[in-house]
Amino acid sequence: MANKILKIDFEKCTGCRLCELVCAVKHHNVSNPARSRIRIVKWESEGVYIPMACQQCEDAPCAAACPAKALSRNPDTGRVELDYDKCIGCRTCVTVCPFGAIHFVPIDRKVIKCDLCDGDPQCVRFCEVGAIQFVDEADLGLHKSREAAQRIRTADAKAGAL
Amino acid sequence: MTLNRKIAYIDLQSGEIDIKPIPLEARKKFIGGRGLDAYLLYNHAPQGCDPLSPENPLIVSGGILTSTLASATARTHIMAKSPLTGLLGSSNMGGFFAPELAWAGFHHLVIKGKAQKPVYLFIHNGEIEIRDAQDLWGQTTTETQWAIREELGDEEVKGLVIGPAGENLVRFANVMTGIKNSGGRTGMGCVMGSKNLKAIAARGTMDIQIAHPMEALEYNKRFIDQITSSKVNQTQGTLGTPFIWGATNSWGGIRTRNFQYNQLEYADDVEPERIDEIAEETIGPYHMTGCFGCQVHCRAQYKIPSGPYAGKYDEGPEYTSQGAFAGEPDCKSAETVLTGNHLVDQYGVDNLEIGSIISWAMELYEEGILTKEQTDGLDLRFGNDEALLEMVHRICTRKGWLGDTLADGGIPASEKIGKNSFDYLIQVKGMSNLHSDERATPALALNVATASRGSDHLRSRPAIDLYHLPEKVLRKIYGSPVPYDGPLSSEHTSYQGKAWEVFWQENCYMAVDCLGICKYHTLFLGATLPNFEDWPKVIYYNTGLEFTPKEIWDVAERCNMIERLFNLREGLKRDDLKKGDMLNHRYFDEPCRRGAPDVIGMKIDREKFKVMIDEFYQHKGLDEKGVPKPETLSRLDLSGEPSHLV
Repeated sequence: MANKILKIDFEKCTGCRLCELVCAVKHHNVSNPARSRIRIVKWESEGVYIPMACQQCEDAPCAAACPAKALSRNPDTGRVELDYDKCIGCRTCVTVCPFGAIHFVPIDRKVIKCDLCDGDPQCVRFCEVGAIQFVDEADLGLHKSREAAQRIRTADAKAGAL
Repeated sequence: MTLNRKIAYIDLQSGEIDIKPIPLEARKKFIGGRGLDAYLLYNHAPQGCDPLSPENPLIVSGGILTSTLASATARTHIMAKSPLTGLLGSSNMGGFFAPELAWAGFHHLVIKGKAQKPVYLFIHNGEIEIRDAQDLWGQTTTETQWAIREELGDEEVKGLVIGPAGENLVRFANVMTGIKNSGGRTGMGCVMGSKNLKAIAARGTMDIQIAHPMEALEYNKRFIDQITSSKVNQTQGTLGTPFIWGATNSWGGIRTRNFQYNQLEYADDVEPERIDEIAEETIGPYHMTGCFGCQVHCRAQYKIPSGPYAGKYDEGPEYTSQGAFAGEPDCKSAETVLTGNHLVDQYGVDNLEIGSIISWAMELYEEGILTKEQTDGLDLRFGNDEALLEMVHRICTRKGWLGDTLADGGIPASEKIGKNSFDYLIQVKGMSNLHSDERATPALALNVATASRGSDHLRSRPAIDLYHLPEKVLRKIYGSPVPYDGPLSSEHTSYQGKAWEVFWQENCYMAVDCLGICKYHTLFLGATLPNFEDWPKVIYYNTGLEFTPKEIWDVAERCNMIERLFNLREGLKRDDLKKGDMLNHRYFDEPCRRGAPDVIGMKIDREKFKVMIDEFYQHKGLDEKGVPKPETLSRLDLSGEPSHLV
């Protein structure tokens, strides 16, 4: 079976941060965005909101850099997984992640990263506008092609109407 | 645990800060949010205090469900004695402030005293700091928020701020957070200004335990599905609140030329579809945004397309801005609406009040009651877009005789202008009416007349009265959680049973304000949206507290009664045109001149209105003067107020 990953369309994000809330509740039973694995980064004065989450990188810098080998790819799911039994809490992964998708939580003194809720990501489930979707990794490009094509089509129709 | 969020008493004069837990008894009696605020105000505001004096407490809160899983728990509530009305001051806003306050450890702040110099509060993980704000004084609402973030070096800080209008003690200055979330009504920004309090900044990373997390998560999904499945919210999520203005205007329920007409003609440029087009052109296909955790996303993003402010980013406009900058002043330009909306956001002033009061002045000017000398040369005619926007600047900066006069609010201004200017002022309890015209809808007229904070639609409006729902459906809605077998009518022009509808809605809206939920998530615009029957589970899963629907109703009734007690204590009298449950004479004397066949020619029947008020008082347990009967106070466990539980 093909692996699934998060597909993020930041243009669709309304900035409501419900994903942060449900992520924290799902993993920690509490409301606290400081415990969320997904974060909405905002440029409020321009109305731009960008959800940032783990991309499950092929050549994952976090896994490569982890001195305790606590981060590794699960060959069955394709996910980059964190083994807390091995993790020494050095935060190297936080430093090297190019997306800022790994966070250190001072309350627990632990790092956290997206585990795709073991196949049922709650951020996706609760994002009614579809800014975060869960798609087959092979189809990600196809989805983007269709969206780009739609924009060209709309522009063309508008130009035709002029 | 949401129940371990604290209350802080802050004295800006002495710098003393006292942090206390919120007793469970207070939760059971008042739940939280606006309800508990009302209790605090009644207990902490000295009778007859000057609203701008240090002893007037400014109370800021989130609801009991703030930041938990209950569809949209973003609401911040602000309460004080109102400098606009001299009665209950209360405003409620969305955004991201209240959840941040809760993560920072607090649900309620009671702020007293006056700082010697401008200050702001920084609330961070259980601690409260009073910080210097001299450099912030004079800055607009957004400048202030970004400057605080820069100073604290934290982009996640959420600010509750005033702009120049609040600093200048404009009596209807608002409190803002984000780009456009406004605690708009009754001048809470003026109270902040009077305390030299420029802002309250919050940042929190403290856990809030959810009592039954997985159940809360699943129930939240069900709740959201219920809320987003309603057509009205789908439309809100596409066009925002302007759709309400559009629909109401087509029908003939929009106050125009102050109160001369009830429909804006040739309004194509300010219709919701046009505003949506501008949002699409200036932002893109995805231009809706929303408050914390909300899937309705009713707020558009836009850039002003043309004119002196071209390119400025803002959000909205809400239907109140269409009312303020199109309908009431009889202007018909999208640029004016979008610019006006931007100016009020930046100055920090209530759009609804300012639009209404300028339109009143326009009518006075056209009637010759206001002279050109008094307007400082401004040709303040209806339809003069430039004069309208110029007056916004003048009021917010108190510039010129008229700007300064209007900044004091309608009633004081009418006393200063004199002649018969008061007769033209469309207000209740000293606060201007919403831009809607209620002459064809007795239920809505009763709502604005009796709303606790002065003329207002968000306190008790039975908006679904306009849908002509079958009586059977109305009985199902309005017959629970308290049985009701009196009259009910599907006809919006009827006076039958409307008092009960208003009473029911008053309790419904109080309940959501205690919970901290938005009114678009309850029975306001959509008849299928959650109400009393749906709330016990959401409260239980999130907080562990058990309430029955009837118990929530009882709390709401109690909190509404506390607001009534406050108003009575500060001078409310039933038929008092300035401080009572009474409408401007034009509601009774001048019939609607435009609109659909069921609107044109309609006005409120004075006698039937009186009967409706009588019925409303009976439902509330008040005597014919509007004062609670002793047995009502005893039933609501309010006989011993003020009781100083908190």
